[in-house]
Amino acid sequence: MSTRRIFAQPARYAAIAPYLWMVLFFLVPFGFVLKISLSQTAIAQPPYLPVFDFAEGWAAITAAFSQLSLDNFGLLASDSLYISSYLRSVVVAVISTLMLLLIGYPVAYGMARLPQRWQPIAMMLVIVPFWTSFLIRIYAWINILQHDGLLNKVLLALHVVSTPVVWLSTDTAMYIGIVYSYLPFMILPLYATLSKLDASLLEAAADLGASPRRAFWLVTFPLSLPGVGAGALLCFIPILGEFVIPDLLAGSGSMMIGQTLWLEFFTNKDWPVAAAAAVALLVLLVPPLVLYDRLQRRTLESAK
Amino acid sequence: MTAQANGKTGESPEIDTAKIDSAVAQAMPARSADDMPLLRIEGVSKKFGTFPAVDGLSLDIRTGEFFALLGPSGCGKTTLLRMLAGFETPDEGRILLGGRDIAPVLPHERPVNMMFQNYALFPHLSVRDNIAFGLKRAGMARAAIDTRVAEMVALVKLDGMEKRKPDQLSGGQKQRVALARSLARRPKVLLLDEPLAALDKKLRESTQLELMELQRRLGMTFIVVTHDQEEAMTMANRIGVMDAGRLQQVATPRDLYEAPASRWVAEFVGDVNLFNGDVTSRDHRRLTIATRDGGAIVVSEPREPVTRTVVSVAIRPEKVKMSRRGPAPDAAGSQAINRLEGVVADVSYLGGSTVYKVKLDSGAVVRSSVANTARFDTDTYDAGQRVVAWFTPDDCVVLER
Repeated sequence: MSTRRIFAQPARYAAIAPYLWMVLFFLVPFGFVLKISLSQTAIAQPPYLPVFDFAEGWAAITAAFSQLSLDNFGLLASDSLYISSYLRSVVVAVISTLMLLLIGYPVAYGMARLPQRWQPIAMMLVIVPFWTSFLIRIYAWINILQHDGLLNKVLLALHVVSTPVVWLSTDTAMYIGIVYSYLPFMILPLYATLSKLDASLLEAAADLGASPRRAFWLVTFPLSLPGVGAGALLCFIPILGEFVIPDLLAGSGSMMIGQTLWLEFFTNKDWPVAAAAAVALLVLLVPPLVLYDRLQRRTLESAK
Repeated sequence: MTAQANGKTGESPEIDTAKIDSAVAQAMPARSADDMPLLRIEGVSKKFGTFPAVDGLSLDIRTGEFFALLGPSGCGKTTLLRMLAGFETPDEGRILLGGRDIAPVLPHERPVNMMFQNYALFPHLSVRDNIAFGLKRAGMARAAIDTRVAEMVALVKLDGMEKRKPDQLSGGQKQRVALARSLARRPKVLLLDEPLAALDKKLRESTQLELMELQRRLGMTFIVVTHDQEEAMTMANRIGVMDAGRLQQVATPRDLYEAPASRWVAEFVGDVNLFNGDVTSRDHRRLTIATRDGGAIVVSEPREPVTRTVVSVAIRPEKVKMSRRGPAPDAAGSQAINRLEGVVADVSYLGGSTVYKVKLDSGAVVRSSVANTARFDTDTYDAGQRVVAWFTPDDCVVLER
């Protein structure tokens, strides 16, 4: 009992930190964005109305509040541009996450089964690309995928194709870029789960008559699901809002929500609509986040 | 242990014998006509890098035996067990199960099952599904699986726990699930890797008795690996003592203790007083050995004649009696009596017995264990007291290696 009391005070203060972080770096900025999303666009500085002016007194503030409206969200719902952007974002994020799982799982599985002393090296190899700037890596892909790029040169030299293939500005190029960029985020949580897997469980499965393949599906895979969930969400959520990769590698035919947002904000200078799009994106992200939280809690409970 | 943990582990420990009888008939493998042992290990070696974990080991195990592999950690006993399960392949030698070489048989196809030291229960499966795991892999019908699982659950007294996950069980309950899971397929041989190491002392003792009862009832062959000699001696019909990848001795618990084959075994199993010396004379099946620390010691000639002249004499502490002036003439009948005089250096009261360390005049120390047969023992000795430690020639074991 006495030990509990000793640790109680610092623990209580430490518990405040994440909430403070949330308020300062999430809730306050989100409040600004939410307010802008309820405003009207204007040719002014800043480019929206109303602007809260605390010097004008209480009446001005209540007047400003009365000018706020949900019109921008109505626009999002009525204009097919936004709906198709959201849909495309979800489709791209789902397909990319599935591809990342298909590639990342075997890699993480292989890493976890390497001899102990090779595992840190494999881990380094996964992380090393981060040492180069993200933009430079995407530009490198442009180089590889362009008309007279490395990929076409190799394909031509091997006589796989007779004329250069158009890679750049296609969805294929975008998926290559996304999968390449997000692979470490898929591999690392999967590796963390798989490397912790008790090897004697697989021996027990074999001992009880399960072939290696059955043992994988009956023991390894179900026990790696927390890692699958973590990796999938770690990739799915940022891909949903991805802007740079589709902008540089995909064609201009259809846009992801991140691109639409950029367009509204910088080209059309329509901050309120851009802010509304951002808020809608956030709302879109709530269900997967709640799902992840519930999953995480269940794993924590069963680990007790 | 907290009160709560005790409550969890304290459920009735004895095995329900009535439900086991039905399982006996199927579990009992037919005896082969030529009396081939169930399991024959022939010159098996296994190296890890340059380290020989198991070194040219041969051993026969008969059907229905409860065999213990006993040895210090790193002696190769677990490696041997893992070779039987198929998790390691021998570099040399053969392992025959029912006369068939099982080297090419993969672990999941072997008719043996193993109970793992850490139990290795599947954390995502319920007690029921853990026990049913092996049955499903064997392609058993659903109804038959349900029957067998119910039977196993009753056998290890886990009724009402079928739906629980392993993390909702106490250590003792996990051990039972692991046992039920490994028994469910009715293996020809059950391998148990330190099955009781994770249990506390009281539970370990009751579980030892349960395992013995279970093995006797099912008529199955059990091979248990343990570093705990008391556990091995309690449970096993025969014990193989291993050191450095080799079997040092294979014997019944009594023979292992009373007739150890070597100095190493004598010292590893139980407590022992050892005197090194030379055989100086022999007559009437009595050997006289001149020892450096204990003077001339008269011993009985063992069944197999002693061939070497440099030998050791081993006497268990409880065979060494104590008295103030030496034994009365009739205490040992007509036998010659070995008397060692010295001073009590240390007294350890252990409850059931008291261990005296007697410092001999030669400087060597002899241990004597005296059973405390009366509550108010008048026959006690104090440190500093001069005593005679004595034993008969039959109490001694002559060791040539």
